Amino acid sequence: MSDHAATDAVPEVDESRRKFLIAATAGTGAVGAILTAVPFVASWNPSESARAAGLPTEVDLSKMEAGQMTTHFWRKKQIYVVKRTPEMLASLAGHDGELKDPESKESDQPDYAKNAQRALNPDVLVLIAVCTHLGCLPKTRFTPNDATVMANWPGGFFCPCHGSKFDLAGRVFEGSPASLNLAVPPYTLEGDKLTIGVDANQKGNA
Amino acid sequence: MATVIEGKGGFRAWLNKRMPVDQFVADQLTGYYAPKNFNVWYFFGSLALLVFVMQIVTGIFVTMHFKPGEATAWNSVQVMVREVPYMWLIQPMHAVGASFFFVVVYLHMARAMLYGSYKAPRELLWIIGMLIYLALMAEAFMGYVLPNGNMSYWGAQVIINLFGTIPGIGPDLVEWIRGDYGIGDATLNRFFSLHVIALPFIIALLVMLHLVALRQVGSNNPDGIEIKEKLGKDGLPIDGVPFHPYYTVKDIVGVGLFLTLFAVVVFFAPTFGGLFMEPPNFEPANPVSTPDHIAPVWYFTPYYAILRAVPDQKIGALLMAASVVAFLFLPWLDRAKNKSIRYRGAASKILLGTFFITFVVLMWLGLKPADGIYVLLARIFTTLYFLFFILLPFVSKADGNGPVPDRVTYHAH
Repeated sequence: MSDHAATDAVPEVDESRRKFLIAATAGTGAVGAILTAVPFVASWNPSESARAAGLPTEVDLSKMEAGQMTTHFWRKKQIYVVKRTPEMLASLAGHDGELKDPESKESDQPDYAKNAQRALNPDVLVLIAVCTHLGCLPKTRFTPNDATVMANWPGGFFCPCHGSKFDLAGRVFEGSPASLNLAVPPYTLEGDKLTIGVDANQKGNA
Repeated sequence: MATVIEGKGGFRAWLNKRMPVDQFVADQLTGYYAPKNFNVWYFFGSLALLVFVMQIVTGIFVTMHFKPGEATAWNSVQVMVREVPYMWLIQPMHAVGASFFFVVVYLHMARAMLYGSYKAPRELLWIIGMLIYLALMAEAFMGYVLPNGNMSYWGAQVIINLFGTIPGIGPDLVEWIRGDYGIGDATLNRFFSLHVIALPFIIALLVMLHLVALRQVGSNNPDGIEIKEKLGKDGLPIDGVPFHPYYTVKDIVGVGLFLTLFAVVVFFAPTFGGLFMEPPNFEPANPVSTPDHIAPVWYFTPYYAILRAVPDQKIGALLMAASVVAFLFLPWLDRAKNKSIRYRGAASKILLGTFFITFVVLMWLGLKPADGIYVLLARIFTTLYFLFFILLPFVSKADGNGPVPDRVTYHAH
C-alpha cells in the first residue's frame, strides 16, 4: 500500500468539472429516457389490423330511392348517404344567415365538397355521422317545419346529446354547441358506385 | 415524536431490531397528535381510505371474471353476476363503491373548503389531494367504459373527443388514445390495463404522499387554529390527542355508519334510481344507436353541465378543464388571515354556501337534457361557479380577519 497521508489529503474539488459531469450524466440519461419512451408511446397508435379495417367502403346507389338515407361504416365511423330530392336541395337556400359556417370555410371536407351543397354531385350527400361537438350520432329530422327541433326548421340532422342542429348539407346552425359542419369523408362517385375512403381527386386511399 | 424503548427480548425485540415496527406505530399513530375538536366532517378522510381498499379488494375479484375487449366485455359481466357464486354481490359492490368513493371525496373536499384546510402550511397537502381526485376521475371514467355498455361506449366517445378540441394535435391525439378510428378492442384493453394496474398504483402512491404531507403539517381543525402553537410543558400540543387510540376509535364509528349505508344501497338500490348505474348501460354498446340522452355518472355532471352550457365546443372544453383545475389555486385565491369559516364574515359564508349550492345544482343540470330552460340555468350557474373563484380573493381579504379564540373550542361529552 502506498502512503496514506498523501492519499488522505483532501484534494481540491474542481466544482466546474463536477458540475459539467453531473449535467452531462443527467442530460445523457434524460435523452435515453425520452428515446426509450418512444416505443411505449408509439404502441398506442392504431395497429396494422385496425388500419386494414379502415380500407374504403363501396356503396351501390342504384338501390336507393330519392329522399332515402342509408348508413354505412368506414373507419369505425357511421357514414350517412342521402339521395337528396330537389325539395331537399331547395331547403338549403335561404338560411345562410342562421349558419355558423355557411360556406364551409372552417369545416372539414374535401375540396370538391366545399360548396353550398357540400357534395361532389348535389344529389348525393355523404357525411360522417359524428357530431362535430363531441362525437354523438346526429339523428335524422328530415321533415321540414318540425317545431320540436326549432322554428322554421328546414329539415336536417339533430344531435340528441347536446342539441346541435344541422341542415340537409350538414351545415351547423347558430346556437348549437358544435362549431363546425358535419365532416364529409373523401369519396368518389362513378355512376351509381360510391366509394367512401377513396379521394375523388387522388384516386387513391385517403 | 415518541421513541420506542426496545423490549428486553423475544420476537418483538428481534423484529424491531430488523424493522422499525414499533417506531412506525409511535410516529404515525400513537405519537401523532391531532386536534381534539374534530367533528363529523373529519370522518371522510379515513372513509376515503376505506373505500379505496374496498375498491381494490372487490376489483381484484371482478378482474378474475372480467374479459376485456369489444366482443367479450359485456357478456363477461353478465355471466359473472348471473352465474358465478356471489358475484351478484361483489360486482355491484365495486360499481356502487365508485359512487361512494366520490360521495366521500366530495365531502372531504367540502370540509377542507369550510375550515380553510388548504391554506398555508397545507397547500401541498391540498394539491396532492387534488391530484388524487384527478387520478380518481380518470380511474372512474375508465372503469365505467370497461363493461362496454351503451352508455360506456357513448360516454367514452364524448369524453375522448374532448381531447380532439385541442388545437393542432387534437385529431391525432384522439386516434392515439383510442388506438383505432373508433372505440374498439385496443381502447378497451388499454383502459383495462390503466384501470387495473397503472392508476391504482398512482393513486396508492399519491395517498401515501398525502399522508406523509399530513404528518408533516398536522391536521387542521374546525377552528382553523394551529395546535402546534400551544404546547404544554411536555412539549406536546395541549389541544391535541394521540391519533391512536382517540381517533382510530372515533373513525370506527364512522366506518360502522358508512358500511351500514353502503350495504343498504348495495342490497336494495344498487342502481340508485339510475344514478349509480345508468339504464342505457344495461344494453351492450351499439355504435349505431346513441342513447337519447347522454349523461355521465352523477359525479362528473357538474363539469358536464359547464361543458354543455357553452355554445362553442373549444371554449366549452376549456371552461370545463378550468372548472376542475381552479381548485388547485384555492390556497392562493383565499387571502383571509383566518382559516375557518367560523371566523369569517357573512360575505364569506354566503360566497361559500352559494358555491356548494351551485355545485349541486350543476350536478343536477348535467343529468338533464340540454334544451330549453336547462341551458339557461346551466349558463347562470356556470357563471356563479366561476364567480366564486373570481370573488374569493376580494371577499376573503375583506372579511376573513376577525379575532379568533386562543384555544380550540371544545366541550367534553
